[in-house]
Amino acid sequence: MSDVRLENISKRFGDTLALEEVSLHIHDDEFFVLLGPTGAGKTTTLRVIAGLEKQDDGHVYLDDMLMDGAQPADRDVAFVFQQYSLYPNMSVYDNLAFPLRSPLRRLPEGEIRQRVTEAAEKLRITHLLERKTARLSGGEMQRVSIGRAIVRQPRIFLMDEPLSNLDAKLRESLRVELKHLQKTQGSTTLFVTHDQIEALTMADRIAVLDQGRIIQNGTPFDIYDRPSTTFVAQLVGTPRINLIAAEWQDGAYRTPGAALSFARQNGAAAEKVLVGVRPEDVRPGAGDFRGEVVLVEPLGVETILHIRTGEITLLCVVSGLSSIQLGEVLSFGFAVERLHFFEMNGRRL
Amino acid sequence: MRYVNSSNVKGRPVSQVNAQRGLSSRQETVPPAGRRQLSDMRIVQLFILPTIILLILMNIFPLIYSLFLSFTNYSVISSDPPVWVGLENYTHILSDPDFWHNFATTGTYALLSVSLQTIVGFALAMLLRSKFTGSGIITTLVLVPMMLSPIVVAVFWRLIFNPSFGILNPILGFTDINTSPEWLGDPALALWAIVIVDVWQWSPFVMLLCLAGLSAIPEYLYEAAAIDRASAWFQFRRITLPQVMPLLLIAVLFRTIEAFKQFDLVQGLTFGGPGDATETVSVELYRLAFQGQFETGLSSALAYIVLVVIIAISNLYIRALNRLREG
Repeated sequence: MSDVRLENISKRFGDTLALEEVSLHIHDDEFFVLLGPTGAGKTTTLRVIAGLEKQDDGHVYLDDMLMDGAQPADRDVAFVFQQYSLYPNMSVYDNLAFPLRSPLRRLPEGEIRQRVTEAAEKLRITHLLERKTARLSGGEMQRVSIGRAIVRQPRIFLMDEPLSNLDAKLRESLRVELKHLQKTQGSTTLFVTHDQIEALTMADRIAVLDQGRIIQNGTPFDIYDRPSTTFVAQLVGTPRINLIAAEWQDGAYRTPGAALSFARQNGAAAEKVLVGVRPEDVRPGAGDFRGEVVLVEPLGVETILHIRTGEITLLCVVSGLSSIQLGEVLSFGFAVERLHFFEMNGRRL
Repeated sequence: MRYVNSSNVKGRPVSQVNAQRGLSSRQETVPPAGRRQLSDMRIVQLFILPTIILLILMNIFPLIYSLFLSFTNYSVISSDPPVWVGLENYTHILSDPDFWHNFATTGTYALLSVSLQTIVGFALAMLLRSKFTGSGIITTLVLVPMMLSPIVVAVFWRLIFNPSFGILNPILGFTDINTSPEWLGDPALALWAIVIVDVWQWSPFVMLLCLAGLSAIPEYLYEAAAIDRASAWFQFRRITLPQVMPLLLIAVLFRTIEAFKQFDLVQGLTFGGPGDATETVSVELYRLAFQGQFETGLSSALAYIVLVVIIAISNLYIRALNRLREG
């Protein structure tokens, strides 16, 4: 049973407000992702939970126990740092055994060996156990630091962008392994990332953080399909969502710079809006609008088309390799039921 | 028109040179670099040659010549030419208990001063590691002794040690002149007195290198250790010490070499006395070479023995250092 609750956490560094009234509730067995751009306060949140940083306001509860004054060692959390924080001059085995050999735990050497071997097998680093950490590759090092977290059963795993220093291939495979590990172990995890793909693929729930405030909190489905602001809408999804400024005229939202119109069933909610259209919701081939293809990006599994109409260039994704040529003029439409309407200040209507 | 001048080979007019080379007038606009007449190789040689010549004159020749002299009975003040005596100088030194006494004194001194400097220097580094108000100025002040001339240091420590008006004894609580220690006059204390001064002067050096090592340790290692519930001692032994070790060893290596050559402090404080209580090898070497008989041959032999000892000790350190590097 682990359960982490943050209540109105605020934290300042000098004049800058790093966290403002952050409240979170991470349930048992949950893979919770904190998503946000650099400097949003993700790492600070993690460090406040771990006790490496002291919040100015608010409370941290672990398993319903108030932890505000507790030392990192007493919070029983595991932390995987962005840098491979391995102890140099020690073998991989000693690194993994390190948290278990703490004088506060006093486990018998036999049990330590068993736990370390188990963790090493899970992460497939058994063959590295005798090696010194200085001679490991980046991926191996990060496996070892994850291993150091899983040798004990902490309340929660706190992971601070553990995959960001790895190359793309390795990141993908380790991402799958981490998710698998979390599900089989049933461990509660708070994972910090700025990578929306990591967030969408791994998370049970996501909290989007920007400038120290939580913007939206929900399942990956919620975040992607019902973004609460244009910020969230732009943060998740590649290619980026199309945001088009439109005005209410003659029963529809029309764009001043191009002959586009968007119907809205509930009628006008505001005079001016930003219409969000996911690239996959732009449907080429049939529809009321015409545009010219100005760029084609074939990615194999899908093709990104840049369609210019009037002053607006829309991104459009079609699956597979497309036969549409550069310069072609085509007609297109929108998946009307999947349009997002935002106020001009970014809030969802 | 500088470039025209520079292409003016051997003072002949430009037009003539161009005509000789068969250059068209259009090519004249490309500035011919006069400096290119010196090839890169030649420039390299010009820069390196003075250094090499100086090295040979000041270092290599004396080194080899003194090696030769160490096998002769030469004395610089006599008009006799050096006479080859083979290993006689070396056997004389190695069989004379007085020299062994000098070596023992030097060894004791080196061991005491280097180990104390290491402890004090490392402790100072740990104290000055975290930034606090005034830590910058304190660090600078601590470094001052290192910048003083050893003779100056020796002279004012002689005043500090002075049994009748020196400040050290009153500070230590000895107020009665008749019973207070005579730091430089007591054979049992004189070596310690030199050790104290050397530690005072050179601990900052160890501190400086340790500080460099400490500041290179990433903070997240300590954070990881804190989360892993490592004790303070464990953090020190497993993170701090191993990370500082390479630089600490370099500091110790430098200080050991210096300690084995200790001359100026001894000369300034005790002149090797009382009796021969503080007579280090270097002091004895100085006496042999430049006082009394000016025994150049014998002193050269002694100098070579010291050199061999220092090389041997340095090698031990460097091996340890390499083992550390390999992890």
